[in-house]
Amino acid sequence: MALWRTGGFAEDSWTRLADDTPAPAEGAVVVSLRRWLAEREALSQRKAPVGVSVEAGADAQAHLSDLADRPLVALAFAKFADGRAFSYARLLRDRHGFKGELRAAGDVLIDEIPLMLRCGFDAFDVTDAPTLAALEAGRLPGPALHYQPASVAGERPAGSRPWLRADISQRKL
Amino acid sequence: MYHYDDFDQAFVAARVAQFRDQVARRLSGELTEEQFRPHRLMNGLYLQLHSYMLRVAVPYGTLNARQMRKLADIARAYDRGYGHFTTRQNIQYNWPALKHVPDILAELAAVEMHAIQTSGNCIRNVTADHFAGVAHDEIADPRPYAEILRQWSSLHPEFSFLPRKFKIAVNGAAHDRAVIQAHDIGLQIVRDEAGELGFTVYVGGGLGRSPFIGRKVREFLPERDLLGYVEAILRVYNLEGRRDNKFKARIKILLHEKTLETLKDEIEAEFAERDATLLDLPQSEVARVAAFFAPPALEPKKPGSDRVERRKGKDARFASFFAANVTAHKQPGYVVVTVSLKPIGAPPGDASADQMDAVADLAEDYSHDEIRVSHEQNLILPHVALDDLPAVYDRLASVGLATPNAGQISDIIACPGLDYCTLATARSIPVAERIAQKFGDGAKAKAVGPLKIKISGCINACGHHHVGHIGILGLERAGEETYQITLGGSGDETAAIGQIVGPGFSSENVVGAVETLVETYMGLRTSEAETFLDAFRRVGLAPFKEALYERSAGSDI
Ligand code: HEM
Ligand code: SF4
Repeated sequence: MALWRTGGFAEDSWTRLADDTPAPAEGAVVVSLRRWLAEREALSQRKAPVGVSVEAGADAQAHLSDLADRPLVALAFAKFADGRAFSYARLLRDRHGFKGELRAAGDVLIDEIPLMLRCGFDAFDVTDAPTLAALEAGRLPGPALHYQPASVAGERPAGSRPWLRADISQRKL
Repeated sequence: MYHYDDFDQAFVAARVAQFRDQVARRLSGELTEEQFRPHRLMNGLYLQLHSYMLRVAVPYGTLNARQMRKLADIARAYDRGYGHFTTRQNIQYNWPALKHVPDILAELAAVEMHAIQTSGNCIRNVTADHFAGVAHDEIADPRPYAEILRQWSSLHPEFSFLPRKFKIAVNGAAHDRAVIQAHDIGLQIVRDEAGELGFTVYVGGGLGRSPFIGRKVREFLPERDLLGYVEAILRVYNLEGRRDNKFKARIKILLHEKTLETLKDEIEAEFAERDATLLDLPQSEVARVAAFFAPPALEPKKPGSDRVERRKGKDARFASFFAANVTAHKQPGYVVVTVSLKPIGAPPGDASADQMDAVADLAEDYSHDEIRVSHEQNLILPHVALDDLPAVYDRLASVGLATPNAGQISDIIACPGLDYCTLATARSIPVAERIAQKFGDGAKAKAVGPLKIKISGCINACGHHHVGHIGILGLERAGEETYQITLGGSGDETAAIGQIVGPGFSSENVVGAVETLVETYMGLRTSEAETFLDAFRRVGLAPFKEALYERSAGSDI
């Protein structure tokens, strides 16, 4: 697995904690939503950052506002075709003012990454080999022009229609 | 009609390049079929038993001669010389090779066409009244709104992986010719008391195995709020629509399980939170798009035509064509001509490449370069001068396109059924052909009057049987094809789901059953002016049931 951010591959400084592993005193950790909700107070006492990882599901939606102040939220795609996390991402960014790192995890594939970026994801846990290869080659597929505004920096209005957007950096196919 | 600007053209070109790359990766094995599937579906590409099937969008059913010629060229070069016009203002090609599909899409892009979102679990191509802009009962042309929705929904990053497909239709006239209440979102253009334009919004219509008529969620949505409100509906659906069972994944089921009131409240709550600065429709933008759809400058003409009257007097078939296939245009002296793709005894909706070219020529010569595709699987020449009608008719007749049966009993909608479709439980095209042969396109059909028969080859209901005045559903029972008949369905502003009349009929007897139904109707109608649907609404199922199962032989109880 590798971590990719818009700028390129990066070292992952976050440790994922299983629900029954005690939180270490030092270092950035990611806990499950369930654990965050149960141990929120204790975890908030930590000096080091605590991120939260969310599985797709009904309760994810109900708790998006609880996550707004986290430094990192990871949204898992159990299957790339389960599109709920696209809406979670937009709600987190646009409605709840989430400013931290928004990470896509699970079934993350190259053809979906451009859509995820537009919904406000800015980091990706990637395991799929062709996806890794494409990212290494700097290939992000898809049009650099868009017919709707989205939750992402790095786009500018384009043309006369108020909702048109174009990528600022020209990406190549 | 709408014309691409540089942005639109560049977008479609980038989309073709993206798909070319995806196809190459599929062909090399880098993408699995499961990974490729949503991408090909979002470009209208189905995998059938023996071949791929490509579905090309005709946005809101409007196209010009150049585009129609391109459809013909594609049929010749990449298919078997014909195409199939569908109930969703699309054209389908049944035999393209995967490796050619990017080239086909590039050819389409050259004439401002595409196959984007004609299938898949996304917002499908937006459909509209095929008489848009020419209907005399029109409040406003629905196409500018359909075009704005088409653009906004194209590769929408949030709504490309919905629980299931999502269909939007817009109607702008008093009469609903777009079947809006059988769509996930149906938009009816209205004006409020102050004369402001807006939409009555229906949600949760759909056919398939559990048919529902759409429910009203907003009486009056101001024009400005169109995108914000549609986005709110889609977000609620994307978050909450069922993903555990694809047969329960449409928004109609969500509405049913949640109740209308709850869903409505959730939509309104989501809508209240929108970022209005991003999605409000500025009047200037609506006006800019609407200008593309301004009617052509039609020379003023006197209302009647001696030439047409003389021809009607001496040519009975022309007179029938005039009665069935010609509709009033909002400008006097002009008419709207329906080109029936239902010749007696042939598959509904098919057109050969030569026929497409002929219609393109006619559009240029006589219809201000405009053609429409209707959800009833017919083509339309929307701006024909009445005086030109005999010439248009003769040219249509010379290519087998002058069947005078629009809106009549032999103008049948039928899905591909067991002859082409992997999901079918029974044949539908041969049943349509036999019914059409029984009633023909002459005096007998004319005497019956307007009657919509719709046939599907399985419960997925691609043939809209639920909203047919007479609906026929092909099922398989103990290895035999069985046809279940429903009565009283309707797809217009009085939308209704048909009621099952009783036990089904064998393939052999189903045509006789339809005949019995028609005879029963003709026997009980108060006058010729009372249509089949009106009569059914007055008398109900009982007389038809009695005629089918008690009096006549032929039922297979
Ligand atoms: C031959 C290949 C085809 C296949 C495999 C196919 C498959 C399906 C399936 C599975 C559904 C049910 C979806 C649901 O209920 O959620 C459906 C519905 C539908 N299809 Fe098709 N179809 C085919 C061809 C067509 C054609 C040729 C047309 C147009 C003439 C068409 C128009 C429709 C329509 C209008 C619906 C109803 C949508 C609704 O439930 O509101 N399909 N199709
Ligand atoms: S109704 Fe059934 S048989 Fe007909 S095209 Fe649709 S899926 Fe196939």
